[in-house]
Amino acid sequence: MAGNVNNDAAQVVTLKIMRHDDPTPASQHKAPADALAQSGEYKYGFSTDIDTDILPPGLSEDTIRFISARKHEPQWLLDFRLKAYRKWLTMKMPDWAHLDIPPIDYQAISYYAAPVKKEGPKSLDDVDPQLIDTFNKLGIPLQEQKQLAGMAVDAVMDSVSVKTTHRQLLADKGVIFCSISEAVREHPDLVRRYLGSVVPASDNFFAALNSAVFSDGSFVYIPKGVRCPMELSTYFRINAQGTGQFERTLIVADDDSYVSYLEGCTAPMRDENQLHAAIVEIVVENHAEVKYSTVQNWYAGDRDGRGGIFNFVTKRGLCRGRDSKLSWTQVETGSAITWKYPSCVLAGEGATGEFYSVAVTNNRQQADTGTKMIHLAPNTRSTIVSKGISAGRSQNSYRGQVKVVASAHGCRNYTQCDSLLLGPDCGAHTFPYIDVMNDTSVVEHEATTSKINEDQIFYCNQRGIPTEEAVSLIVNGYAKEVMNKLPMEFAVEAQKLLQISLEGSVG
Amino acid sequence: MDALRQYTDLYDAHREAVDAHAPELLNALRPAAREALEGARLPDTHTEGYERTSLEEMMAPDRGVNIMRVGQAFDLSTAIRCELPNVSTLQAYLVGDTFVPTEGLERRLPEGVIFTSLARACELWPDLIKPRLGALADLNDTPTALNTMLAQDGVVVRIPAGLHLEKPLQLVNVFDGTEPQMAVRRLLVIVEKDASAMLLTCDHTRPDTPSCLSLQVTEIWLDHGAQLDFCDMEETSADNARCSRVYVSQHSSSQLRANVVTLSCGTTRNDLRTDINGEHCLTHINGMAICTERRHADNCSVLRHLHPRSRSRQLFKYVLDDYAQGAFEGSILVTPEAPFTEAYQSNRNILASATARMHSRPQLEIYNDEVSCSHGAATGQLDEQALFYMRTRGIPEREARLMLMQAFMADVIDSVAIPGLADRLRHLVEMRFRGDTAVCGDCPAK
Repeated sequence: MAGNVNNDAAQVVTLKIMRHDDPTPASQHKAPADALAQSGEYKYGFSTDIDTDILPPGLSEDTIRFISARKHEPQWLLDFRLKAYRKWLTMKMPDWAHLDIPPIDYQAISYYAAPVKKEGPKSLDDVDPQLIDTFNKLGIPLQEQKQLAGMAVDAVMDSVSVKTTHRQLLADKGVIFCSISEAVREHPDLVRRYLGSVVPASDNFFAALNSAVFSDGSFVYIPKGVRCPMELSTYFRINAQGTGQFERTLIVADDDSYVSYLEGCTAPMRDENQLHAAIVEIVVENHAEVKYSTVQNWYAGDRDGRGGIFNFVTKRGLCRGRDSKLSWTQVETGSAITWKYPSCVLAGEGATGEFYSVAVTNNRQQADTGTKMIHLAPNTRSTIVSKGISAGRSQNSYRGQVKVVASAHGCRNYTQCDSLLLGPDCGAHTFPYIDVMNDTSVVEHEATTSKINEDQIFYCNQRGIPTEEAVSLIVNGYAKEVMNKLPMEFAVEAQKLLQISLEGSVG
Repeated sequence: MDALRQYTDLYDAHREAVDAHAPELLNALRPAAREALEGARLPDTHTEGYERTSLEEMMAPDRGVNIMRVGQAFDLSTAIRCELPNVSTLQAYLVGDTFVPTEGLERRLPEGVIFTSLARACELWPDLIKPRLGALADLNDTPTALNTMLAQDGVVVRIPAGLHLEKPLQLVNVFDGTEPQMAVRRLLVIVEKDASAMLLTCDHTRPDTPSCLSLQVTEIWLDHGAQLDFCDMEETSADNARCSRVYVSQHSSSQLRANVVTLSCGTTRNDLRTDINGEHCLTHINGMAICTERRHADNCSVLRHLHPRSRSRQLFKYVLDDYAQGAFEGSILVTPEAPFTEAYQSNRNILASATARMHSRPQLEIYNDEVSCSHGAATGQLDEQALFYMRTRGIPEREARLMLMQAFMADVIDSVAIPGLADRLRHLVEMRFRGDTAVCGDCPAK
């Protein structure tokens, strides 16, 4: 495999690929995981015995050269990665968030893990049956009958895109939907033009890290005037132990186009913390619209806060076209620590940004999430609706920025942040940053924090509904405003997730 | 650049001189403050919570600290007259950091009431002052530590238990002389059990006063059942700088109504930290700021609910014109020990020009589920429809704008409890909106 490396063969010799059939004795991890999975607490907590290529832990220029060589990348991308890495070395991990993050040893993480493929699968039959089984367990519509349901899926496992469905139908319309490594090979001009244009490598600590080591992700290009005929979807899964996931999503919606993109994430249950540092970049041109929905259900750690994913993601969309529109919808139930701010840069006149979020934290989970709406052009509008639900001993913070620059006249923003507290030991916090620099814009922010109304629970009890169900009913009603924004298929799943996440949190 | 260095160097070089001109109780606080400043930096715009106001920049010019306490005799007759029409107050001046009572003040104070200089109070009532002085101020806060290291005098107000002081106390802060200077002021306010009082402090500068900086720390103790109406008013010139820290400790069943009024200022940063240290407290904190030209007002209010069953309301309003900058940061903390808390906060701002800026950051930190909390912030303009309506009724546009701005500030003005002061403020605010300096008509400083 090292033979693939042309440029720096000498340096790469030291890097060996470990190929293991099972990272550790399976019984150690699987047994409790399966037991818990059966209890319904975290049903995605299995790990799959799939051959995985794992790079030994550690990060250096060699690692990056190796990843780049392994993916047969052109020189410009390697340069992009190395530049990001050198920048990253000069940066310090930020500490301003309302989060208690244990120290992360970046040299202890493996930066590349790929399910071993025997000659890229031509059809579903060629895909490793265990992989299919994994996705079946996840309930991912990978199979043919699910394809009929009308959804194109790109599944990313341990940072490598394993299967993209519905290619032909999309290709007929001119829509490009593939893994980002494939896009680098087949559409280098497009990728080169847009990669890093919304989230530059030097943007922040985790963006620099991702830019240096990203191993795969999805690429979407919707050509002019095309309404994408189906919803595009990516499922992310961390499977291997001791690895981080660093995927990158790039979506470009050309003039007058429309796309709805869904993202789902799960991971096995492990005692260790795993790092997920992704970047999502979206470019929206004139009159185009992108709808990005996330149901995030990474493993959240156990009741005492052992294990779980650190979900530190940079998501940003640039609405640079006139009257362009970007809408973020997220349901965050997983991850030990969630730290992300899906943002809209409203640079085109009349552009619209939306952010709808439900963030649920239970047990010892922590979340510091929200959005940024940067109004750079006149007559831009943004709406933020954030619903936080805290239970157990968790801490849930909303942090959001609304900025209107001096030249952006006639802008309008409305922000509503509600927090619901379930239990005496949890915390709910709100940190909005509001900057207005002209006299023709109106920015409004409202936030409330309270617990569930006892009268409502009493009323439900009176009608024979047990307290736990009543709480679930009320919580679902509370989150409905956001849930309604999710595409149908996701909404059902998200609603279930919400229930599972809060199970046992009401006494 | 490190603005703090010049102050620590000054202190290190003249430690004895600083101590020699200050009361023993203040000197006792200095070593800890000096230690806290070791390796510290003044917050600048990269510091969280100071995004719009750099104290580093504010304190960088060497204005000179009068540690030897040389000074000319202060002539009250030429000083700014800050009187409330039709209201008699118990008035004193604070010139730099020196307390100057008005004629017969001592005689007019009811028995047991203390309203005098910190140095004198330390001498006469050390047992009263010692446990309270410096007990609220947080030395981890760099400006507070700097004040503690350099403060040599200030004011003590004490209302004895059970006494209801009918006349408002008024403290007029002024600068003396024609040289730039920095005043390091220290105020201690003690309202004992079931007592009540009204306190008005106002900062003034004369138009001809050179660039001055006031760094003041105020500690306010409200004992069980105490009530205080506190109004902190500022009306200073464009090159004045002010950094004020107010620490309040409220014990059970006490009530605080505080107003922070910035009528005009240069660069101002006001921090107000209120701790609810008992049950059934009531806290109203209202603030307003009117800024024009390139002036800059920054208010930060931190309210910490540490005990159950207390209520708080906060309202801050800003009107910003020309190139003015406003910043507001308000934070409500409810700890796990404080169930049944009700806390509300609101911030409303009007930008009257295309170049004025407002930065607003209301925050909630809640660690308890038996609470009812909310905050709101809005930044916008005067209602165009209301303007249009008034113009259809024959009110000229300029007049209509003034009326609407006046109306916008009405709820903050009305919340001022000191009799006569609300009327006075209404008048001053109107003058301010008309572009006049808000100085009373017969003031010799005009």
